[in-house]
Amino acid sequence: MAECHPVGFQWVVEAKARGARVFHVDPRFTRTSALADRYLPIRAGSDIVLLGALINHVLANELDFREYVLAYTNAATLVSEDFRDTEDLDGLFSGWDPETGTYDPRSWAYEPVGEQPSAEQAEGGRRDAEAAGADTYGAGGPAAHPSPRTDPTLTHPRCVYQILKRHFARYTPELVEQLCGIPRDGFAELAEAVTANSGRERTTAWVYSVGWTQHTVGAQYIRTASILQLLLGNMGRPGGGILALRGHASIQGSTDIPTLFNILPGYLDMPNAHRHGGLDHYLELEGGTTGFWGNRRAYLVSLLKAWWGEAATEANDFCFGHLPRITGDHGHYTTVMGQIDGTVKGYFVVGENPAVGSSGGRAQRLGLANLDWLVVRDLTLVETATFWLDGPELETGETRTEDIGTEVFFLPAASHVEKEGTFTNTQRLLQWREKALDPVGDRRSELWFYYHLGKLIRQRLTDDEIDRPVRELTWDYPEHGVHREPSAAAVLREINGVGPDGRALSTSTQLRADGSTTCGCWIYCGVYADEVNQAARRRPGREQSAVAPEWGWAWPANKRILYNRASADPEGRPWSERKAYVWWDAERGEWTGHDVPDCEIGKPPGYVPPEGAFAQASLAGTDPFIMQSDGKGWLYVPTGLVDGPLPTHYEPHESPVGNPLYSQQANPARHTYHRPESPYNAPGGRFPYVLTTYRLTEHHTAGAMSRPLAYLAELQPELFCEVSPRLAEELGLVNGGWATIVTSRAVVEARVLVTGRVRPLRVGGRVVHQVGLPYHWGWGGGGLVTGDVANDLMPLVLDPNVYIQESKAMTCDVLPGRRPRGPAVLDLLERYRDG
Amino acid sequence: MAERMGFFTDTSICIGCKACEVACKEWNQLPDDGFVFEATSYDNTGTLGASTWRHVAFIEQSRPVAAGGDDGVDRWLMSSDVCKHCTHAACLDVCPTGALFRTEFDTVVVQSDVCNGCGYCVPACPYGVIDRREDDGRAWKCTMCYDRQLGGLEPACAKACPTDSIQFGPLDELRARAEERVTRLRADGNTEARLYGESPDDGVGGAGAFFLLLDEPEVYGLPPDPVVTTRDLPAMWRWAGAAALSAVGAVALAFLGTGERR
Repeated sequence: MAECHPVGFQWVVEAKARGARVFHVDPRFTRTSALADRYLPIRAGSDIVLLGALINHVLANELDFREYVLAYTNAATLVSEDFRDTEDLDGLFSGWDPETGTYDPRSWAYEPVGEQPSAEQAEGGRRDAEAAGADTYGAGGPAAHPSPRTDPTLTHPRCVYQILKRHFARYTPELVEQLCGIPRDGFAELAEAVTANSGRERTTAWVYSVGWTQHTVGAQYIRTASILQLLLGNMGRPGGGILALRGHASIQGSTDIPTLFNILPGYLDMPNAHRHGGLDHYLELEGGTTGFWGNRRAYLVSLLKAWWGEAATEANDFCFGHLPRITGDHGHYTTVMGQIDGTVKGYFVVGENPAVGSSGGRAQRLGLANLDWLVVRDLTLVETATFWLDGPELETGETRTEDIGTEVFFLPAASHVEKEGTFTNTQRLLQWREKALDPVGDRRSELWFYYHLGKLIRQRLTDDEIDRPVRELTWDYPEHGVHREPSAAAVLREINGVGPDGRALSTSTQLRADGSTTCGCWIYCGVYADEVNQAARRRPGREQSAVAPEWGWAWPANKRILYNRASADPEGRPWSERKAYVWWDAERGEWTGHDVPDCEIGKPPGYVPPEGAFAQASLAGTDPFIMQSDGKGWLYVPTGLVDGPLPTHYEPHESPVGNPLYSQQANPARHTYHRPESPYNAPGGRFPYVLTTYRLTEHHTAGAMSRPLAYLAELQPELFCEVSPRLAEELGLVNGGWATIVTSRAVVEARVLVTGRVRPLRVGGRVVHQVGLPYHWGWGGGGLVTGDVANDLMPLVLDPNVYIQESKAMTCDVLPGRRPRGPAVLDLLERYRDG
Repeated sequence: MAERMGFFTDTSICIGCKACEVACKEWNQLPDDGFVFEATSYDNTGTLGASTWRHVAFIEQSRPVAAGGDDGVDRWLMSSDVCKHCTHAACLDVCPTGALFRTEFDTVVVQSDVCNGCGYCVPACPYGVIDRREDDGRAWKCTMCYDRQLGGLEPACAKACPTDSIQFGPLDELRARAEERVTRLRADGNTEARLYGESPDDGVGGAGAFFLLLDEPEVYGLPPDPVVTTRDLPAMWRWAGAAALSAVGAVALAFLGTGERR
């Protein structure tokens, strides 16, 4: 966190000053470790073992926050008789279909009561696997039965609590030592600290970043942490939670109002051409009717009204048919394969640099070279715009400039000081920033680009039906300044939405399904409440409470801690005075506290929903997780994940270590691409080391924003690899000298930094060496410093739930000295591929 | 003169982000130091110099780690060094042009338009801070952002520091705060924690920029007992004067002697 989020790390330093204990778990001793109270080295790719062992420690010693667990989680819920655990099936859950490589999740369901969803309605499974469906549950779970059978004594063998207990029983401190390389005393210290600092009086927070997500089991890493935090009662409470640190400014914003193929604004599923008919059919199949997602129709209709305005009427399904539809996987890596195969002809690359910044750079560049046209918008002439002139494949002789037919359009982009708008940070906080100066020369903001591109396209439309969706779009923002910049505030107001009176709405509960309200993103409804840009608020912290509700605006409804109903006990009283946050005021008959209560303000804790209740009315007064169909925190996920209802340890796709738990080595549901452009490392001795990649404080991602700046480039001028003194000695690597890192994808040279901050770990009875590689360099991009592309080494293998690549743990070989030049690179690769 | 202003750099909460180095260079429009990989932990700017007025040192400390018997780094010290703005500043004493002067904030600043590049100040500094730029020959160093202070702003490095490792303020206040901090750290088991440069009784009369260190000063590349190099100047002048007088006397005697012989 100190490495990649130094500004946010000030709050960790402040927490430490107030007595918090800080643990840091990382393959390398980093700048974060330097300030932690305790550093635990870990083998990259083994985190579920560590977290699972903490869960086992909690369950075996009954250290869970029982009152919280019983009231707020699905611990007591009974699971179907058909469910079989990985412990029963040697690393597979029930429902595995080896032919398709996917799970049928029906056996994972809760024990059936009442009416069951149709096969078509049942969520998860192959359909999700085909189009990152699990990703669409980002702001809440899929539908599960709202009132399943339970056993409040937690003794029934098929209740979630007992299933968890059995599932994690083999995750012991010994296994942690054996697989993670964390000594037992270190684990004991962590387990003691985490459990001692959880409960009524205290809370523990987990902070993670892409070190947890960029794995073939990435979503399940986060699930493991969720289980632990729910068992310890650390969700929805001050000082608790699981904090995801994002990799760039406003990445949170780019999922809320997505740049993703599979969701619409506010985490509504993108319609599927093969699955959905009209609006009613879509709503019948997507999500249940209970919990706040029961209001899905109002959210979607208001979105359609925001986009198509007057044209959207009840009679025409509010233009639902105008929405584009997906047909399957249109994710980043599959799109690249389509480019190589010639099915994808054109490509917009905006603020990204896949030729250097994405995994498997060679495949990326081969894809770019096979396009008809390519649009690149960036601050500098990044490698993605120049690959045809100076890319590595030209050096090896694989491609020639004269053979590349891609027409490249480079459009310079305005920087963040040259445009206005909001950033949404990881805490869902929207902060408005003003423009400091007009963009220089031809640079323009994204908003300008898309708005004026849209205007140009609309000028060319015909009366043909096929043009109707674009013709009928509302596309009329006020313009200002010499460049006719559209008003970002007007866009924000459209996102907020307006009511029948044309005034800005205050909150999403005002949204209606009858077309009388508009809203561009239901979770952002309220950011323009009272016709005021709430995201622009800047009241200093010293002038308000510690929750600081008047600094910016947080979605939803300016709530600073999600699911904060859980900060009070079932009766609505704070768990402790020390941790009081929101509570039920019986006298006034409403919820109150330091934050906006994340529940219906007038719903008493004793409220019991009537049979067949709809949306939020179906939630009991004790249900804090209001986006879930049953209002509960899910220790066990009966539906919605494609690789199992529980996290289980699998080795990374490429690992020098065998999985001692099961004969199933890696996540069976992971997405692989068996392509000659990006082959996988053969298991065995040819690639004996664990390779992990990361960022440095001094640079930003692939370097386009930092390598051209002298003051940053001089701080970390060259690509280097970090190796332990022992590995350096074994391989004859010299500090300050050169090393060549090899996978079956690429050969990369780097300067050598020999450091005791990288430790050899004893794993499974032998020493495992890890090699660390920051990935900020490329051959161009306007950089004052350049270097080989670390991402070229990465395999293309994905987490099946969200399609993120496994770039944090793979295998490699290391050779002393510089790499070969020209076609000799290919010869070396050939030798490694064919052994 | 206004209140004496200073820096308190608390290295125990430095995260080595180098924001101070970058902010300093941005504000003062300093040249880069070249792009050289030094293979010295995460430090590639090396030392304070004419174009680096804040410099973050990275010190990796190891002890044998049980697993495998390998050394593992278990402490990574980071410390942002800067000009000490000494109470008794030798650079200022030796400057023949008056380019170096003491400001109303009791800081020491070089005026680049007065400096003639004689370089006397460079060996005079007991910390090796002030340095001449190769291209123009003039001497440069931290001004404690004199221009920003005149505008009521804190220096760029302190402003940019995310963890408040670099604190700027009236020196008396900083000394009191530092005393509290070091007491607390020691109570928490950091027995090696110490202040460096805070004492008016040290060899430079106390530094305007002082530090909280977690180890011996030498570990950070700081002199353990810095002494203003001009401390002995008055005595040296006295001796020199006496020597000159004796020389004159000797010459006179010689002439006298010659006369006698004649």
